[in-house]
Amino acid sequence: MQFGIFTVGDVTTDPTTGYTPSEHERIKNTVAIAKKAEEVGLDVVAFGQHHNPPFAASSPTTTMAYVAAQTSKILLSTSTTLITTTDPVRIAEDYAQLQHLADGRVDLMLGRGNTGPVYPWFGKDIREGIPLAVENYALLRRLWDEEVVTWEGRFRTPLQGFTATPRPLDGVPPFVWHGSIRSPEIAEQAAYYGDGFFSNHIFWPASHTKQMVALYRRRFEHYGHGTADQAIVGLGGQVYMAKNSQDAVREFRPYFDVAPVYGHGPSLEDFMEATPLTVGSPQQVIERTLGFRDYVGDYQRQLFLMDHAGLPLSTVLRQLDMLGSEVVPVLRKEFAALAKPGVPDAPTHESLVAARQAEAVAV
Amino acid sequence: MTRSIVVVSAGLANPSSTRLLADQLATATDVALRSHGEAADVAVIELRELAHPLVDHLLTGFPTGDLAEAIETVRHADGLIVVTPVFAASYSGLFKMFFEVIEKDLLRRKPVLLAATAGTARHSLVLEHAMRPLFSYLRAVTVPTAVFAATEDFGGARSGEFAARMETAAGELADLVVGAPRAVPADPFDNVTPFDQLLKG
Repeated sequence: MQFGIFTVGDVTTDPTTGYTPSEHERIKNTVAIAKKAEEVGLDVVAFGQHHNPPFAASSPTTTMAYVAAQTSKILLSTSTTLITTTDPVRIAEDYAQLQHLADGRVDLMLGRGNTGPVYPWFGKDIREGIPLAVENYALLRRLWDEEVVTWEGRFRTPLQGFTATPRPLDGVPPFVWHGSIRSPEIAEQAAYYGDGFFSNHIFWPASHTKQMVALYRRRFEHYGHGTADQAIVGLGGQVYMAKNSQDAVREFRPYFDVAPVYGHGPSLEDFMEATPLTVGSPQQVIERTLGFRDYVGDYQRQLFLMDHAGLPLSTVLRQLDMLGSEVVPVLRKEFAALAKPGVPDAPTHESLVAARQAEAVAV
Repeated sequence: MTRSIVVVSAGLANPSSTRLLADQLATATDVALRSHGEAADVAVIELRELAHPLVDHLLTGFPTGDLAEAIETVRHADGLIVVTPVFAASYSGLFKMFFEVIEKDLLRRKPVLLAATAGTARHSLVLEHAMRPLFSYLRAVTVPTAVFAATEDFGGARSGEFAARMETAAGELADLVVGAPRAVPADPFDNVTPFDQLLKG
């Protein structure tokens, strides 16, 4: 099982000090956080893509290439790559280029994006969000899987005899996750292709995640990619820790109370009850996270949101130290002990290359 | 057969004249259903009790606790009786919030009886100029007779006319409920559109 962090790249004022980092500082902090994630033994770090303030994260592959050059083991992913408003030709080429630079340490998570004006800024219409995700991804697959593509669709100019360059590393495109909070169509899409399905999980109640994952698993089996148990599932999570749980609550509450997504609404306690947010001791985080398995089954990837709501870099780095030293080693051991036999790991470049070679031998 | 009649009351005081009107309409609907050989199973949703979860829902995008339950109750309703006090020339903000946070299609084809209360009868067109467009937008089937109660309607010389109007409205609601198909809400997770259909665009 893979453990890691995901970031959206927001520039948010620290409500306890009034300090707002510059975009430059935020971008460099994101790199520092990614390097720390590798240092503390995490497996994955995922970067956001946004095209509006207060985010400083419009070009994830640029950040990923820079981080790839300064790390050696950690897998780089996205949270999320906008499949609706980004030209699929650019996605095919940018991520293939990145694969070569990062020696295959790359996958990506596709998302639609829910900010209305971003669509027209890129010549698209948010009401076409699902059809855009469907058509663009179908094209993206062909651009990676076929050398020469002739294509016509609704949302971009036709392609005649086009070859996306560079070709994917070793002829194997990066593994794709489809991320969604609430759209059954996206779970269906992930199942159809046998790709991974990532449930955001942090803003909505667990009952909802359970339904989405169950749908994905059922349809994954329906499309013949394996049994429902073998589907590739990822979950988000959100934690803030201190040795003593009362300290965690006291330290995090000022950030929670005014956080951009849920601030000024439910109390920290109510939100912890309604969603997977865990603010407490490392032991509480371990117990809560192990509990996710009860409603989604054995899963392959757990990403935590750690660097948002204006938390200063020093705090985020301390949180990562705790996550890497006290939480993840226990989770690795416990999840492995609980896992049913036959549940696959999340695909990596190496495993996909090996699978392709095995297939070639079999034919 | 028993039909699920759900009352949504946005009264703020306790006791509340809005709730009083809601209860009388629920009773009248039960009587009307009995004339069809059926009966009402009445559930009451008091929005005042859901005020905090309603604000939370607006800010977080999902319902919690009693609000989640209330939305499920509406989902399974065969007919609704919705009653609001008139504030600033329209339904109350609390009333509107409830119908803002329920999913878009939750009221589609559901029979809905509209009712409102105010201090004076001067506000009575709120029924036709504010409430009916709201429920038309939500694709509900509104009962032709809507009921307005000013303070004076709860007594006085013309309260007989008021009782007759309630009876007419409740009768119309009962007719629609009896004639309508039973509420069987679709589960989007059961009936997912197959992907080859999505691919065709």
